[in-house]
Amino acid sequence: MKDFNPRAMRYDLQIIASWIHPGSKVIGLGCGEGDLLYYLKHYKNVRETGVEIVESRVAECINKGLTVIQGDANEEVIDYPDDSFDYVVLSQTLQQVYDPLSLIRSMLRIGKKVIVSFPNFGHWFVRLQLLFTGHAPITPQLPFQWYNTPNIRVLCISDFRAFARQMGFHILKEATINTDREDKTGRYVALMPNIRATYGIYLISSKTKHANGPKYKAKAGTHKEHPWEKAM
Amino acid sequence: MSEYIRHDPSGRSAGLVEKKYFTFAEPPDEMVLDSGRRLGPITIAYETLRTLNADKSNVVLVFHALTGDSHVAGYYSENDEKPGWWDNMVGPGKGIDTDKYFVICSNVLGGCMGSTGPASINPATGKPYGLDFPMVTIGDMVRAQKALLDHLGVSRILSMTGGSMGGMQALQWCVQYPEMVVSAIPLATTMRHSALAIAFNEVARQAIIADPNWNNGNYYEGVQPNLGLSVARMIGHITYLSDEAMRRKFGRRLQERNNFSFNFNGDFQVESYLHYQGAKFVERFDANSFLYITKAADHFDLTRQKGQESAVEAFSRSYSRFMVISFTSDWLYPTYQSRAMVKAMKKNGLDVSFCEIEAEWGHDAFLLPNERLSNLIKGFIDSVYEGL
Repeated sequence: MKDFNPRAMRYDLQIIASWIHPGSKVIGLGCGEGDLLYYLKHYKNVRETGVEIVESRVAECINKGLTVIQGDANEEVIDYPDDSFDYVVLSQTLQQVYDPLSLIRSMLRIGKKVIVSFPNFGHWFVRLQLLFTGHAPITPQLPFQWYNTPNIRVLCISDFRAFARQMGFHILKEATINTDREDKTGRYVALMPNIRATYGIYLISSKTKHANGPKYKAKAGTHKEHPWEKAM
Repeated sequence: MSEYIRHDPSGRSAGLVEKKYFTFAEPPDEMVLDSGRRLGPITIAYETLRTLNADKSNVVLVFHALTGDSHVAGYYSENDEKPGWWDNMVGPGKGIDTDKYFVICSNVLGGCMGSTGPASINPATGKPYGLDFPMVTIGDMVRAQKALLDHLGVSRILSMTGGSMGGMQALQWCVQYPEMVVSAIPLATTMRHSALAIAFNEVARQAIIADPNWNNGNYYEGVQPNLGLSVARMIGHITYLSDEAMRRKFGRRLQERNNFSFNFNGDFQVESYLHYQGAKFVERFDANSFLYITKAADHFDLTRQKGQESAVEAFSRSYSRFMVISFTSDWLYPTYQSRAMVKAMKKNGLDVSFCEIEAEWGHDAFLLPNERLSNLIKGFIDSVYEGL
């Protein structure tokens, strides 16, 4: 294992990691250079898969020994059988997705639980910037100009809660956090999170899935043990 | 595959290697081929690099492409002019690190670089087989490799890799002997040839067949069909490059002249390059082998084998970990074909990584020194080895 300091991982990723049960199967969509997956693999004995569109990041992940597929998350999720994973993670990418509802539905199909996180557009600093400067806000969490931002969706913590209610997702856990400028440390925000939190992190599941059971259970979706694994 | 064999500027080398031979399937125990015909005795030429560890867990199998051979890396002698065909990838500290792994590479069945093929002596007649040589398949090639590994006492392969037709052999291994393959790296390859790939192969074959010296494959005592074989090679070389690679490498530059000659001698650099490649090829390759091996590649279809009708079904018996790699400018086996196999692997819940490497050199990119490719292969094989 290469040198790795779990504390150096982004604070929101530390929280996500704490929610994931050891030994589970996890897919990270838009996994970047694989910090979270690397941590989960080595400290939580997780069977990891990443999806990442940028070649150099994919290469970095594979160099770290991670299983990663280069591709677009919206397309890559389609191939997996139902309930292929215990957790499907979409970290700080929801605000960049063209069709978030369809992606979340796909994530809920291929995974038993889904973890999403996003920067909170309702944070007071964002509100004040727009109010006092009259310009589109630029913050440490949203550091882009209107013309070069990848963040095509602006949403607040209250928006996501309402979205989950309307679409029938079940929020199992919520962490509203306030982070430092580099996002390495932070703390939970319990009081008025829609104004005070920089990020929202959600663990969700599909209400209907477990009531009705999965549409079909593909035999292929389960982990296959290599004959040599047993021998060793 | 083209030849890009150069001394490694870093000076790292697998050192001296030896061409070895293994003969099996002596009559009456001939090997039964996919076609139902029997072939024997069979000789397989092979090369091994460095040492097999005590528990035989460090075997990496490398497969050559259409016109390669068992000489994957290192040198045959101190004064050898050039090393093996993948010397930039295989050696101490390289992508396939011979300090850690025991590398085996063999010449394919049907080849002409030491393994039994149409130029070999038919024991029934005492003369070269020619067209009496039975049609072989990628599956037959793999069956012969399995016999070699049995002979070497290897029952578990840590990883296997090859580009192009070498990748087909890796895929075939994973469905034919799935319990032996811990991991595989199909490179710039496909589960089956597209019409485009078959079309190029057929034109190349017809060039050989149209050469009067080919004489229905009976040329071993006379003049070789060098014209046809060189044209076949020229066609191959076009498919190994890309529009961009040719533009950069040759453009419309003229070869050793300033104006057109107004005859058919070939003014352009690209023409001169193809002529040179064709002429060089006939010195080392057998025309009948070219016919048989290209046919085997065209016939290969991983999705249609015994009892299987789909790619998803094909991988249902596999347990291996995979890393699939394609190259952006490869128009012979474009990325969509690699994605199709990744999709089938995903649907089987297999552990698969995929990377499309940005490269301008077309299909040949897998043979050229490429730090990204070396690092990917190194990272992948190391993690499989650590995971044992």
